[in-house]
Amino acid sequence: MNYRAIRAIYLFEMARTWRTLLQSIVSPVVSTSLYFVVFGAAIGSRISEVEGVSYGTFIVPGLIMLSVLTQSIANASFGIYFPKFAGTIYEILSAPISYFEIVLGYVGAAATKSIILGLIILATAGLFVPLHILHPVWMLTFLVLTAVTFSLFGFIIGIWADGFEKLQMIPMLVVTPLTFLGGSFYSINMLPPAWHTVALLNPVVYLISGFRWSFYEIADVSPSISIGMTLAFLVICLAIIWWIFRTGYRLKN
Amino acid sequence: MSSIISVANLSKTYGSGFKALKNVNLDIKRGEIFALLGPNGAGKTTLISIICGIANPSEGKVTVGGENIQTSYRKARSLIGLVPQELHTDAFETVWATVSFSRGLFGKPTNPAHIEKVLKDLSLWDKKDNKIITLSGGMKRRVMIAKALSHEPQVLFLDEPTAGVDVELRKGMWEVVRTLQQSGVTIILTTHYIEEAEEMADRIGVINKGEIVLVEDKATLMQKLGKKRLTLHLQGKLDVLPDSLAHYKLDLCDSGATLVYDYDTKGERTGITSLLSDLRNAGIRFNDLDTTQSSLEDIFVDLVRTS
Repeated sequence: MNYRAIRAIYLFEMARTWRTLLQSIVSPVVSTSLYFVVFGAAIGSRISEVEGVSYGTFIVPGLIMLSVLTQSIANASFGIYFPKFAGTIYEILSAPISYFEIVLGYVGAAATKSIILGLIILATAGLFVPLHILHPVWMLTFLVLTAVTFSLFGFIIGIWADGFEKLQMIPMLVVTPLTFLGGSFYSINMLPPAWHTVALLNPVVYLISGFRWSFYEIADVSPSISIGMTLAFLVICLAIIWWIFRTGYRLKN
Repeated sequence: MSSIISVANLSKTYGSGFKALKNVNLDIKRGEIFALLGPNGAGKTTLISIICGIANPSEGKVTVGGENIQTSYRKARSLIGLVPQELHTDAFETVWATVSFSRGLFGKPTNPAHIEKVLKDLSLWDKKDNKIITLSGGMKRRVMIAKALSHEPQVLFLDEPTAGVDVELRKGMWEVVRTLQQSGVTIILTTHYIEEAEEMADRIGVINKGEIVLVEDKATLMQKLGKKRLTLHLQGKLDVLPDSLAHYKLDLCDSGATLVYDYDTKGERTGITSLLSDLRNAGIRFNDLDTTQSSLEDIFVDLVRTS
């Protein structure tokens, strides 16, 4: 194992975050605060409690997930796409490191950033609404698993993309709608039966449900199903990345 | 001298069906400067990319320092430093950070003294805290060499190291390469500048259309394939050559003002003595003459045309 190489990639990526602190950390925190103001205070004050929790408090896990999902993808996809775009990928490919180590460096850094961001948003939410976390260990487990899984997904997008447009396409056209429709701002139990069934096809539902359960023991689906679905998605992403490196797809051909 | 790189039956076919390399066999000797010449699209960069791990080979075997580049890629790659053709740099990093990053990437422990030496050798020390984006093209090229040398490689690939670099910097770069060779590094360079190969290389390989056309010591190559040219500046212009000189394969140039005669340096008889005698007998006089040795460029163009 080339630990020094993993460390070099990880620190290089983290240094990029600190260099671009405003867009990496501050801007997601500002936009999440705006969600609290709009949905929590302005609209939320007119909505009664959801399953025994005030609406402002109810949306906290969904909002954290919204940021963690989008930022994990953005961080990891940009992290690997930019060296491809700038040509500096030659150095990574010619270094004595395995594919697994490359992924550890890039995905590790992207997931770290997302986790830090998620925790900052959690702290920010605490300024707006009273918070209580019933299962902190499970909360962290869901947070880490989601950050890692979607960083892997972002890594795949970064390899696949051959232009900045494609880099934005999947997050904007697929991930953001799925997140909004995945119960960030509502419980899918509030939907009519037909739409409830459709919503269960959305993988993000399981992530948000499990994460919300760790806070309030409120869940749209069983927490064990949530963890199972998250792990399944993780395995799918790992399998695709294994295939990418095995074939050299968009890297070595 | 033992081989540090051995390429055997190497072929590369891209997804489009284009055959970039066809059954290439090549040995690079330890400690030499090897120049790989070839026209655009000949396969130079593909060959380097495969040896360095950037592209996958379709067939064949490559070893570096006795280590197979596929089955023992960690050991093989740790011996190699690569300076690619394009100026690929992390624009917003400082010189120090990017060179230190490269060392870490190759699994070497931090060694500020070594990085300092590399930067000083390349006249980059006073730029160590500058962001790469602020540097000139020549300086960026040096940064890329510094990155390639950061992990103390035994083999250095320089893909078109002086492309787009002015004459003064180019000569400076040659000095750097010579110093590296003296420190024991094997250097493989590709270049479009034949004078560069002529100036620096110990051996020369010519690649064309994915095939190695020739590998030879530079001196032997120049001797073997080099031709000399005798140019006679005539006193009066000639319209046609007399029949008595037809067997010399002379060229009448400059509207009949000069006569050009090419001869082989390796031949026992150059034919010059008899030519001069026959010229006098034909009443053709000249007031000056000069001879020139064919350059590596002429040899290269001839080889590529023939292949």
